Amino acid sequence: MPHPFKVHRTAEGDVSVLHLEGFLDAHTAPIFEQAIQAELDAQHVRLVVSGEKLTYISSAGLGVFMGFIEQIREQGGDLKICGLTAKVRQIFEILGFQAIYDMVDSVPDAVQRFTSVPTREA
Amino acid sequence: MASLERTFSLKVPSSTENLVLIRDFVANVGAQAGLTADDVAKLELAVDEACANVIEHAHGHDVGKEVTVRATFDAAALRIEVVDEGLGFDPTQVSTAPVEQMVHDRRTGGLGLRVMKSLMDEVSYEILPGERNRLRLLKRIQK
Repeated sequence: MPHPFKVHRTAEGDVSVLHLEGFLDAHTAPIFEQAIQAELDAQHVRLVVSGEKLTYISSAGLGVFMGFIEQIREQGGDLKICGLTAKVRQIFEILGFQAIYDMVDSVPDAVQRFTSVPTREA
Repeated sequence: MASLERTFSLKVPSSTENLVLIRDFVANVGAQAGLTADDVAKLELAVDEACANVIEHAHGHDVGKEVTVRATFDAAALRIEVVDEGLGFDPTQVSTAPVEQMVHDRRTGGLGLRVMKSLMDEVSYEILPGERNRLRLLKRIQK
């Protein structure tokens, strides 16, 4: 594949951090979907998604963020987004995602947000 | 002086695997047309959205079908046509609800169309059910 996509997982205490890398489109979105589903299956509902190495996103990738957020918040957790490049952040903002998600600069900032805002209204 | 119009086209099997090829194709044509790097990135994404809709919805992941992308440009604008063999859809029926409402309703459909409309200068459709459907995107070239 010339434009690969990968998800790498780390943990900060009880917060799962999913680091996205590469091109997130309709072809690769199922990989991201499976990664989030695996967290929920393991009862991990405090999630950070880091986009520092995310080069490209289409609405198929944005749809994955939207598809899980209600379920995560109903279970008392949240999904916070960090480290987006200006190019990728622009696409999130076109759809108004800043009104729905906490979007911060770095993984430590995102983990810290769980102290001040552990969840938002589902 | 009249500006010369140039046309390029790409026809690929209807599979999301080929979105990479489609993006590379329109990026190359966009650069050749003289779009800025920022506008090339917008074009890539808008065409990706159009073709992903075709592959997933109009063609229902049937790789026996084909997606055709035709790009024509002159000095003023780049026009893209995405042609499919599917059932077509009524763009006026696509949800325009705020994303907060869509999240609440657990719906994600219609995001691609919103993205296309935000990134392109014009988006239009020609629907001929059972024959072919044609989505047209236009991006003006900044002087």
